[in-house]
Amino acid sequence: MPVDTSYAGRVYPPNAPYEVGREKLREFAEAVAATHPAYTDPEAARALGHPDVVAPPTFAVVVAQRAEAQLLSDPAAGIDFSRVVHADERFTHHRPIHAGDRLVTVLHVDAITERAGLTMVTTRAEIAAEGGAPVATVVSTLAVRGEGS
Amino acid sequence: MAAPTLDALTVGQEVARRTFTVDRARLVRYAGASGDVNPIHWNERIATSVGLPGVIAHGMWTMGSAVGVVVDWVGDPGAVLDYQVRFSRPVPVPDPGETAVEVVATVGALDAEAGTARIDLAVTVEGARVLGKAQAVVRLH
Repeated sequence: MPVDTSYAGRVYPPNAPYEVGREKLREFAEAVAATHPAYTDPEAARALGHPDVVAPPTFAVVVAQRAEAQLLSDPAAGIDFSRVVHADERFTHHRPIHAGDRLVTVLHVDAITERAGLTMVTTRAEIAAEGGAPVATVVSTLAVRGEGS
Repeated sequence: MAAPTLDALTVGQEVARRTFTVDRARLVRYAGASGDVNPIHWNERIATSVGLPGVIAHGMWTMGSAVGVVVDWVGDPGAVLDYQVRFSRPVPVPDPGETAVEVVATVGALDAEAGTARIDLAVTVEGARVLGKAQAVVRLH
């Protein structure tokens, strides 16, 4: 089934808050072999002016993909995950994410375009604090191979 | 090491380099930590069945690991304001064995008014670029 291009322009309602925990940040930092003490030591983070341990620069993907699942796991959207490769990713941090944050994400489907047998699906996750202050913007493009290619 | 300052940098200057390795256990760890459990990153049978040469690293693992040289150089993870990459080539991860990934960070652009530097990352495996347009914008003083 091809990707349903009519999903372009869709905006999903805010999802359930993601609560950022110290041990999750430690686990993620270790997985990407990141050793900066501000990821794991609250005192080191505070010395840099952060209220608690901070997230590595790409941690927001964990938060964003919960919102992206609304699109990717929707059978009607027609995105066959075995045919997907990740094309590009961009994080814009309006402020650092830190332990204790409760983050709410609004997913935007910015574009669905077809070119040379591929369907390019670009999503934008706008991550904000519960009060609405912007925290991070995560833009991701997936390339979906067509049937028989 | 003192934090770098904007006026001490010139475009084209190399600021950091690092080589790190990835094996299957590392990918399993990243899958768990990130929640991306796509089997092409740990199951040879499924990876080859969808036309890949074998198990490949998560692009997001490569992206997340490569930026470590920038964070350690600038001294504060919170100084990374923007970070983008294109995934230009998959990173195969053998079993047994491991794959070496080299990162070289150079100054791509300076913006004195904004107080930022764009750091460009050349990320290669066996000399071939695996990330394209890998750029991190950092705040400096």
